[in-house]
Amino acid sequence: MSLLSVRDLTVKFAMRDNTVTALNQISFDLGKGERLGIVGESGAGKSITGFSLMNLISKPGFIDNGKILFEGQDIVQMSDADLRTIRGNRMAMIFQDPMVTLNPVLTIGQQMVETLQAHRDLTRQDAEKIAVMKLREVYIPSPEDRLNQYPHELSGGMRQRIIIAIALLLDPQLIIADEPTTALDVTIQADIMELLLELCQSNNVGLILITHDLGVVSQMTERTLVMYAGRIIEAGRTREIINDPQHPYTQGLINALPQQTLPGHRLKQIPGNMPSLANVPPGCPFSPRCDYAVDLCRTTLPKIVSYGQVEVACHEVERLHADDAAQEQSA
Amino acid sequence: MKDMAPEQPLLELRNLEKRFELDRGFLETIKFRGGKVIREKREVHAVNNVTLGVERGEALCVVGESGCGKSTVARLVAGLLTPSGGEIHYDGARIDTLSRKAMLPLRKKMQMIFQNPYASLNPRMTIQQALEEPVRHHNPSLSRSAVRDKVADVMRSVGVDPSWSKRYPHEFSGGQRQRIAIARALTVDPEFIIADEPISALDVSIQAQVLNLMLEAKEQRGLTYLFITHDLSVVQHFGTRVVVLYLGSICELADTATLFSNPKHPYTRALLSAVPQLNDDKPNHIRLKGEIPTPINLPQGCPFQSRCAYANERCRVEQPRPLQQSGGGMVACHAVEEDRID
Repeated sequence: MSLLSVRDLTVKFAMRDNTVTALNQISFDLGKGERLGIVGESGAGKSITGFSLMNLISKPGFIDNGKILFEGQDIVQMSDADLRTIRGNRMAMIFQDPMVTLNPVLTIGQQMVETLQAHRDLTRQDAEKIAVMKLREVYIPSPEDRLNQYPHELSGGMRQRIIIAIALLLDPQLIIADEPTTALDVTIQADIMELLLELCQSNNVGLILITHDLGVVSQMTERTLVMYAGRIIEAGRTREIINDPQHPYTQGLINALPQQTLPGHRLKQIPGNMPSLANVPPGCPFSPRCDYAVDLCRTTLPKIVSYGQVEVACHEVERLHADDAAQEQSA
Repeated sequence: MKDMAPEQPLLELRNLEKRFELDRGFLETIKFRGGKVIREKREVHAVNNVTLGVERGEALCVVGESGCGKSTVARLVAGLLTPSGGEIHYDGARIDTLSRKAMLPLRKKMQMIFQNPYASLNPRMTIQQALEEPVRHHNPSLSRSAVRDKVADVMRSVGVDPSWSKRYPHEFSGGQRQRIAIARALTVDPEFIIADEPISALDVSIQAQVLNLMLEAKEQRGLTYLFITHDLSVVQHFGTRVVVLYLGSICELADTATLFSNPKHPYTRALLSAVPQLNDDKPNHIRLKGEIPTPINLPQGCPFQSRCAYANERCRVEQPRPLQQSGGGMVACHAVEEDRID
C-alpha cells in the first residue's frame, strides 16, 4: 500500500460572484520513503496541493471532491481531533519563510517542547533531550544553548534548519516542503537540501517537495508532477521528465532556462502568461500559449494518459503515440 | 592625438566605500562594558574598497549572496546613496560630489530598474501617466503629442499594447509590470541601465521574456548594463563580465566564460558549485564552514578566511590585494597568489 494516495482531488474557492477551481481532479500516489517533486509557476496550484494534503485549506476555500488516503485513512473526511493526531505527528510541513513559521515571542526550546508535549506524554526534561538530539541531527552548533534563543537571534539558514528539526521531532512518515529554500542564498540552499535529502533517506521518510526550481527537483526527487492552471499535466520519473519532457509546457519551461541557450542569444520564451484561475480558457488550459495547439485543443480538455513510465495530458502527444502505434501495426 | 588614447570606461568606481552608522546620535554611542562607560560607534561595512570599470556596451554583472553589498553598489552608482569614501566617475567626470541640480542631465543618461515591479510603479498613476512623467521632466520643451508618441513607441518596443495605456498597474501581471518599469527607464533614451535583481520576482517563463527584452534593448539602443543579481545562470547568459562580491569586497572579476569555466577564488568555486543543475542527481556542492560573518565587525585579513578551506596564517592577518590575471581578470586571494589551490 502506498503511503499517500490522492484521487480526483478538487479544491474550490467560493468568491463573491463565482467559484474558482484551484485544483482540478488531481490524482497521484507516493510510496513509503519516496521523494516526489511538484513543479510549476505561481498560480499553478502547487502550494494549494501541499495545503490540502494536510487539510489546511481554509475559507473561502474548500475541498469539493476527491480522496486523500494517508496510510489508508481519508484525510478529507477526518474530524479535527483526528487530524490533530496526524498533522505534525505523522505528516509535517516546512514552509517557505522561516521567519514567519517560527513564533517570534517563544524561544526555540519552548516551541519544540510544546510540539512534543502536544503529541507525546513527556516530561519537560525528556522533551528537551529529544529537542537537543534533533537539533544535533540538523547540524546546529551548540544545540543546548539554542533552546533558550529566540528566532530573531538566528540566521535564515539556521532558522530553516530548526524548522526541519521541528518537522522531524515526532518522526513523521511524510514531509511536505513548500519552497523550503526560496528565501535563502544558493550556498545555504545547497546545505539545506543536502541535509533534507540525507534525513529523508536515513529515516525512510517520504518527501513532497514543492518548488519552481527544476535543478532542485532534479537533485532531490525520484518522481515529478508538473502542474499548470490547477491540473497535473505531466507526471513521471524526474530524470525522464527533465531529459525528455513530453508536454509542450514542460518542454517550454525547461527550454526557457538560461542554461539551455548559448550565452547572449535569445532565450526560448513561452509567450503569454498562465491564465488566471477565474478565467481558464476552454479546452486545454495551455492551448493559447502552445505552438502545437489545433482546434481540438481549444475545445476539448485533454485527459491525462499513461504511456509506460510517464503520464501526459496533451492531445498532440496522444496523436503522436496513436501514429506510432498505427505504424507498428502496419509494419 | 586624442583618438589614440585607450578607451575610457563609461563608469569607473575607485576605492568605493560605504559604511552605514548603526549608532546615530550621542546617546546611542554610549556603551557600558567591563565596568566602564565607553563611547563606541558601530558601523556596517557594506562596500569596502571596490574598484572596477564598466566598459561601453557591456553588461557587467555583480553577483553575491544577501548582504554582500551588491545592491548598495547599485544605489551608490545611481546616486541614491552617498559614498563614505572613494570616487565614482561617469564618462570621465566625477559624479559622486555633484549637486542634485548638476546630476539632473546625468540622470537622463543613467536609469535604474528595481526588483519588485509591484513597488516601483505608482499604483495611483495610469501607465500613460507613469511613462509620460520622466519624458516631460527631462524634456520640458517637448509638445504633448510628441510625448505621447514617444511613450507609445517605447510601449510597443517592450511588447505592451499602447491601447492599454489608460490602465493602472494592478491590472497587469508581474511580467507585464516589469516590462512597463523597463519602458519607463527607456523613455528618456538612457545609455546606461542599472538593474537591481530585475527578474528575481518573476516566474521562469516570464524571466525569459524579460531577459530577452533587456537583450534586445541592449542591441538596438547600444545600452550598457550594470546588472545586479544572485542568479548565476542568468549571469552566465546575460553578462559579458562578472564581479563576485563577498562581504562588500571584490573576490574575483573575470569575463563570463572564464569565470564559469575556470573559477579561481575559493568563494567563487563554492558559489558556482552550489547552483543546482538539471543533470544533477544529488546535491554536490563545495561545503563552506559556518556562515557569513556580520559586516559590523569585519574579520581581520581576508573577508572570506573564516569559511575558507585554504586559509592559513597570512590570510588571517593580511588582506589580499587584487591580483591581475592573464586575460584581464582579477582575483583577491593569497592562496591563488601562492599557488596553493590546484
